[in-house]
Amino acid sequence: MDSAVLQLQRQLSDYKTSLYNEGFLDDQFTQLQQLQDESNPDFVVEVVSLFFEDSERLLTELTKTLDQHSIDFRKVDAHVHQLKGSSSSIGAQRVQKVCIYFRNYCDEQNVEGCLKCLQQVKNEYTLVKNKLETLFKFEQQLLAAGGSIPMQ
Amino acid sequence: MGITAGEAVMARDRLPSGPPELHVLAVDDSHVDRKVIERLLKISSCRVTAVESGSRALQYLGLDGERASVGFDGLKVNLIMTDYSMPGMTGYELLKKIKESSALREIPVVIMSSENILTRIDRCLEEGAEDFLLKPVKLADVKRLKDSVLREQGEEHKERRSRKRKLQDEYIPASPCDLSLTPTPCPSPPSLQPPSKRHRLLNVD
Repeated sequence: MDSAVLQLQRQLSDYKTSLYNEGFLDDQFTQLQQLQDESNPDFVVEVVSLFFEDSERLLTELTKTLDQHSIDFRKVDAHVHQLKGSSSSIGAQRVQKVCIYFRNYCDEQNVEGCLKCLQQVKNEYTLVKNKLETLFKFEQQLLAAGGSIPMQ
Repeated sequence: MGITAGEAVMARDRLPSGPPELHVLAVDDSHVDRKVIERLLKISSCRVTAVESGSRALQYLGLDGERASVGFDGLKVNLIMTDYSMPGMTGYELLKKIKESSALREIPVVIMSSENILTRIDRCLEEGAEDFLLKPVKLADVKRLKDSVLREQGEEHKERRSRKRKLQDEYIPASPCDLSLTPTPCPSPPSLQPPSKRHRLLNVD
């Protein structure tokens, strides 16, 4: 096999492993990859794109809601619940974990706790977004070089 | 508005192999989850119609009060899978509406939720839910569900067929030999009891 392809395959595999080891992704991401095949070759990218869209909308809403004089915690909780759900559905483990803490602060109506969590969830979201975009880029490079993506 | 027959046909065209065995109506307000459940079902050779709310689901099922449920045979729904937490109508409320409808109550309804709350699970099962799945839903869950729904459908079909045979072959007057000259009335067919719902043990990992 082409050494360039081998190298790209190795790069992809190592990167993916690191994402799991660092807790960015969990088994649910693997489940999604297993649903992808020749008839649906872009399934994972499509789902993840929906996740990006949803998350950005929710984070904007959360920022607005927490910026009010009188905070509607039920609204905050509803948004965080949605974000927790979608991050869980794609295996974005670290985002999901912050959402759990976030909801606890909501229940306590703890403004400071909520604001801290909002910042944290934004950070985690940005991180996982970058990681996934890099992962997809590595996959594209491998495919362009004539290789195929190994099943994890 | 509402899902057109054309969209339902398009969904069917993208099936991997074999004819669809079940038509599933999936209800979830999350884009991400709708996409995932749709893929899980298609891989399992099911035809899928995915909608974003309970009210859209009722509209599709013809129960929105705006039009009769006549003429839906081609798009007949064999299973409904609904998220529990949705804005507006919750999955539980949708379940109740379906079970209260004489036209729709026989359709099995499965609730999906990210939260493992026993009282919630109990409430749904008591209201007649077929099953309660924890999110994220796995392929194994869908396969198990599909097998159990097909099996129940098969049993109902067999039961109806065997009842028909009984009526045809075993026409025996219900009352014991009564030699009075008054003609015995036609025995009425046995009352059709729906198969009892089995409360399934939840798949606890």
